[in-house]
Amino acid sequence: MLDLTYEAPKPKVIAGAKHDWELVIGMEIHAQVSSNAKLFSGASTTFGAEPNSNVSFVDCAMPGMLPVINEFCVAQAVRTGLGLKAQINLVSAFDRKNYFYPDLPQGYQISQLYHPIVGEGEVLVELAPGIARLVRIERIHLEQDAGKSIHDMDPNLSFVDFNRTGVALMEIVSRPDIRGPEEAAAYVAKLRQILRYLGTCDGNMQNGNLRADVNVSVCRPGQYEKYQETQDFSHLGTRCEIKNMNSMRFIQQAIDYEARRQIAILEDGGKVVQETRLYDPDKGETRSMRSKEEAHDYRYFPDPDLLPLEIEQGWVDEIAASMPELPDAKKARFMADYGVTDYDANVLTAELDAAAYFEEVARGRDGKQAANWVINELFGRLNKQGLTIADTPVKAGQLGGVLDLIASGEISGKMAKDLFEILWTEGGDPAEVAAARGMKQVTDTGAIETAVDEIIAANPAQVEKAKANPKLAGWFVGQVIKATGGKANPAAVNQIVAQKLGL
Amino acid sequence: MNANELTIADARDALAKGELSAVDLTMACLTAIDAGTPLNAFVHATPEIALDQARAADARRGAGAGALNGIPLGIKDLFCTRGVASQAASNILKGFKPEYESTVTSKLFEAGAVMLGKLNMDEFAMGSSNETSCYGDAVNPWKVDDRRLTPGGSSGGSAAAVAADLCLAATGTDTGGSIRQPAAFTGIVGIKPTYGRVSRWGIVAFASSLDQAGPMTKSVRDAAILLGAMAGHDPKDSTSADIPVPDFEAALTGDIRGRKIGIPREYRMEGMPAEIEALWARGREMLADAGAEIVDISLPHTKYALPAYYVIAPAEASSNLARYDGVRYGHRARLGQGDGIVDMYEKTRAEGFGKEVQRRVMIGTYVLSAGFYDAYYNRARKVRALIKRDFDEAFAAGVDAILTPATPSSAFGLGEMADADPVAMYLNDVFTVTVNLAGLPGISVPVGLDAKGLPLGLQLIGRPWDEAGLLNHAHVLERAAGFVEKPRKWW
Repeated sequence: MLDLTYEAPKPKVIAGAKHDWELVIGMEIHAQVSSNAKLFSGASTTFGAEPNSNVSFVDCAMPGMLPVINEFCVAQAVRTGLGLKAQINLVSAFDRKNYFYPDLPQGYQISQLYHPIVGEGEVLVELAPGIARLVRIERIHLEQDAGKSIHDMDPNLSFVDFNRTGVALMEIVSRPDIRGPEEAAAYVAKLRQILRYLGTCDGNMQNGNLRADVNVSVCRPGQYEKYQETQDFSHLGTRCEIKNMNSMRFIQQAIDYEARRQIAILEDGGKVVQETRLYDPDKGETRSMRSKEEAHDYRYFPDPDLLPLEIEQGWVDEIAASMPELPDAKKARFMADYGVTDYDANVLTAELDAAAYFEEVARGRDGKQAANWVINELFGRLNKQGLTIADTPVKAGQLGGVLDLIASGEISGKMAKDLFEILWTEGGDPAEVAAARGMKQVTDTGAIETAVDEIIAANPAQVEKAKANPKLAGWFVGQVIKATGGKANPAAVNQIVAQKLGL
Repeated sequence: MNANELTIADARDALAKGELSAVDLTMACLTAIDAGTPLNAFVHATPEIALDQARAADARRGAGAGALNGIPLGIKDLFCTRGVASQAASNILKGFKPEYESTVTSKLFEAGAVMLGKLNMDEFAMGSSNETSCYGDAVNPWKVDDRRLTPGGSSGGSAAAVAADLCLAATGTDTGGSIRQPAAFTGIVGIKPTYGRVSRWGIVAFASSLDQAGPMTKSVRDAAILLGAMAGHDPKDSTSADIPVPDFEAALTGDIRGRKIGIPREYRMEGMPAEIEALWARGREMLADAGAEIVDISLPHTKYALPAYYVIAPAEASSNLARYDGVRYGHRARLGQGDGIVDMYEKTRAEGFGKEVQRRVMIGTYVLSAGFYDAYYNRARKVRALIKRDFDEAFAAGVDAILTPATPSSAFGLGEMADADPVAMYLNDVFTVTVNLAGLPGISVPVGLDAKGLPLGLQLIGRPWDEAGLLNHAHVLERAAGFVEKPRKWW
């Protein structure tokens, strides 16, 4: 495997009216745990069900109902922790976060404030070949999602849908190691990729299955380094938290806006007020949601309905033994085993099923050629039609067959593209389709020689020019290929033309 | 003797021999319930359900019938019973009829029990006199002159109903003494099992880390029978223990020779009435006469128990009661023009909760709030751990059970404490809260009458999970005390 070493990127610098400023960003990602049942009840988690159809007595907090932990969700959190090279806490505990809201039936969210299940870990966020930020993870805890309040169905009434109530979330909390909007988006993308590889969260941001709270502050150059040395936050600026964003684009826009807002305040001699803000994508600005003074007093305390969650190292080891290959390892292996470039390896490993597709095509074949075909032809065609790899009409076995026909010299690259197009629209076995369509490249040197002789004989002026300037031999090659209906093997034609012209 | 006056054990034998039918037994109880209206013990009688269950029990009679086949019981209003009003004696749950059956009542029905109806209690089990109920006071069948007395609380309706023979036995719940204190005030037996012995699923929560359901019965044997049917692991309650339930009745050997009974010196409270002191001394003698060894022990953190309890219990309650918000079920206040969600919460909860519940919700909210959490809640948790350690050390030193008074006095008059400091009422729990904080089993056994002619009880505290041993000690105490008095029927 290749040992990939990285250099840290430069932080994003924003020039204010008076000074330069740097950004310091920490993120809390809420990732919905992929699980058929909720965190503390057996109710289904299916998205898009009829309102209030996936609701148990526990979810809607009927009197006397009690939570029982879903072991699968715990396993998913452990798997996620292992995937982020994090410490797994064999003893963790659940706490109640108390506040009133109609979509929170219990009047509290069960979460893990004091003793999270996963401790410190890390995520390597690559920004360019050889450039990556190592973002430290502070913790991951399990908690319940809330329901959905609906205010726009009736002028006087509000409605509430509890389908989402009690669905398991992992809150993944980073350290303030992210230094710019692009890094923030890249961090979310990398985390999403890892979660999808692990199968612990589907990463569907549109459905809200992956959402981000972003803490943004600004500081003068040099301050962050002081923080790093001491871990003392007083070297950093006052932060604002932008809540609940579910788009990479909005995350970047919100951070950029928020940083500039804070810089403007500071350069005016003002103070940034610690508060929770919301991003309005229509206006492209953040606005205050509640100040620190208005912040809820959540009155956290250990949930007396649940005993401390104790798991065994042996169980963690079993999960560790069943871990899939993760993106960084896969990328390094693709580069080492298939000789693909750093860039191509990133593209090929972005999604697990695409990586699997590539490997099926590349295995036992020319890896670089496989990469070119998968990225340029296949992905290009999929993108053009808005399809995902799961929908591809040309399966890996078929594309492999096309590459085999090229490798054996039976078809040319040009023919291969035509063949790919036929397979895309009509399907079929590549070798059979090629044969049926007479797509066979002529490698019979006798036939090629004849064609070359004829063209040389018919074009004496061109012959003279080519002899003077060998670059013009390409004209003869083209003529020969044209004369053979595109079936002549270009390599063979090249060689024979050169020979006959005496080049 | 009317059938409703029988113990579970006697009724079981009569039913088995065919001398009595479950329907006749149930009818006798229903008649007594009708006549017992002035006691205000039953707040929702369920005669149709009772008779259906009794008929089914008669049909089942014989081999294979459950331990409680045909036995009519009263159920505290705190238990959710399918299709039957389950209101925790609170206006905020007015008209609430759950679509599910609590684990305890399910188990009782599986054992063949008959449900006569729901029993009065303090609102959300918060109280020691049954005076905080939305149904009005339950009344003690015991009386002095013409004063109406409290049956104790919070399981006051259960205690009154059992003492007045309206049912053979009842379920209660005990968070700080809510089974044992009313049992003592009404001359019956009440046991709070080890925390985790009985499932809490389907019981309206007061303080989750302290709540435990248990039987309230006319005899220790009945308590053993009923507890056997109520107890057992429930996967739906994460705090329920997965340990086997022994045959409690079989453990009533009456032999406690060589057992060590601890007498905790810290339970000798300042200003303790001489009658209580004398009762306690009698209890010691009775157990010593039965061959037990009496030893003085120290539980040094006892004096901190009551304050710790009145931090932890309200803290948990403030969170547990947050779900009563008017959104999904129960009472919702009528809203005015322009009222928003906060108005709805405030009006609904102000109208739905009584004064004592509001007081405890506010105390609980306060002790959990930022800046006070460590000073109150965390400190109380530490005290709780020390109290538990006191007991652990006593048991480790070989003590088998601990004998204490059950209450600091006999039953007091209804309304008598109305103007008193709420803390005076909380003092009723002084001998019982330690047991909840430590998660131990505790039983109240009637031992005698005071000078006014009112029952007094003693409490025995057992090792964790040793209800069998505890019941046997209680059985010996009960036999030696020979308490057979019944309230004179005035209702």
